[in-house]
Amino acid sequence: MVAESLLDLIGSTPLVKLRRLSPPGVSIYAKLEGQNPTGSIKDRVALAMVDAAGLEPGAELLEPTSGNTGISLALVAKLRGLKLTCVMPANATPERRLVLELFGATIVDSPTNEGSNGAVRLAQEMAAADPRYTMLFQYANEWNPRAHYEGTGAEIVRDLPRVDALVAGLGTGGTLMGTGDRVREAFPDVVVAAAEPLPGDPVMGLRSLDDGYVPPILDVSKLDRKILVSNAESVATVHALLDGEGIFAGVSAGAVVHVAQKIGRELPEGSVVVAVLADGGWKYLSGDFWRSADVERSMESTLWW
Amino acid sequence: MSVVRVPPVLRSEAAGAREVVASGSTVRELLEDLTVQVPALGEKVFDGAEIRPYVNVYVDGEDIRTAGGLDAPVRNDATVVLLPAMAGGDGR
Repeated sequence: MVAESLLDLIGSTPLVKLRRLSPPGVSIYAKLEGQNPTGSIKDRVALAMVDAAGLEPGAELLEPTSGNTGISLALVAKLRGLKLTCVMPANATPERRLVLELFGATIVDSPTNEGSNGAVRLAQEMAAADPRYTMLFQYANEWNPRAHYEGTGAEIVRDLPRVDALVAGLGTGGTLMGTGDRVREAFPDVVVAAAEPLPGDPVMGLRSLDDGYVPPILDVSKLDRKILVSNAESVATVHALLDGEGIFAGVSAGAVVHVAQKIGRELPEGSVVVAVLADGGWKYLSGDFWRSADVERSMESTLWW
Repeated sequence: MSVVRVPPVLRSEAAGAREVVASGSTVRELLEDLTVQVPALGEKVFDGAEIRPYVNVYVDGEDIRTAGGLDAPVRNDATVVLLPAMAGGDGR
C-alpha cells in the first residue's frame, strides 16, 4: 500500500471477529478505529470538519479538547497548513499536553474546577472576541456525524452481509448518529445501541443540573438502546479483550464490547453485532486503574470518554 | 420496592441521601412515589408530566427514553439511576 498523504490513510479500518468474546451462536465484529493515523476514530471527524470549513492556509482553529479530537485536529491542521489552539482544563495529564504540543498545537488552560464545561465556555469566549479563530466545535458540527455516515457506516455496510446490532460509545453522538443512519439504511431492523459511561461522584459533583448538556448533533430518538456501563465493567472488558483476543483497547471500547455482549446474548443464533472500538489503550497507560483492586475508586475522579 | 440512586447534584434536595427507596409498577408511578416522599427531588426531575431534558433516568442500566418511556413497567427490586445529561467524546 502506498499513500500520497497520511490523511489518505484515515478510515477504511478493519473489522475483526471476537472469537472468544462473542456469545454462543452470535458473531461480534470489532471495528478497530485505533488503526487510524493518530490512533483514534476522531481522525475521521477532524478531517471532515476541517475540509468542510474551506479555510485558507494559515487560518487558526480553536477547539475545547484535551483528548483524541485535539490530537486528530493537530495532525490535520499541520498537514493542511493551519494553526490549532486547544483549550483544556489546567489539570489535563502531562502526556496529553505533550502530545498536542509535539503535534504543533498551542494550549490554553481553563480553570480546573470548571472541568470540560469550563473549557467549552472559555473557547466560546475566545472565539467570540477574536475573529481570527474558527471553532469547528464537534458537538454541533454536522460534519461530525457525516464523517461517520460516509466513512464508518459505509465501510460496515460494504464489509458485512448482515448487521443485527451496532454498538458505539456515546460522547458527542457523532459516531452513533452517522454510522447508525447508514447501517439502518442497509439493514432497517438493526438495533443501534449506545454505551454510556456511568460517571463517578467526583466528576458529577462538579456540575449542576444547569450544566446539563445534550449535544446539538445528538438525536436520542434515533437510538434503540442507551445503556450505562460502570468504569469497573469497562475496564474488566478491556482486560477480557486483551486476554481473549489480543486487542489492547481504550476504556470506552471496553464499555462498547460489554454492551455488544449483553445485546448479543439477547439476539437469535446467527446474529451479527458490530462494536465500534474508538481507540487503543496506549493513551490511558498513566491511569492508575490497570492493576488496581478497586477500579471504581481509582477512576471516579475522571470522565474517561 | 426499588432503589433510586441520587446524583451528587441532587442530594441537597434529598437531605443528603445517596439513595431513596420508592415503589411503583411503572416508571411514572415509581417517580411519582419518589416525588411524594421527596417533593424537592421530584421538582428537579419532572417538568410538568415529563422528565426534564437535562435529566436522564435509567432503570436497570437502560435509559427510559429508549426503553418505553415513563409508562414502561418496572420490575420489583429494580435499580433506578438519576443522572444529569453529560457529553463526553474526548477520552478525558
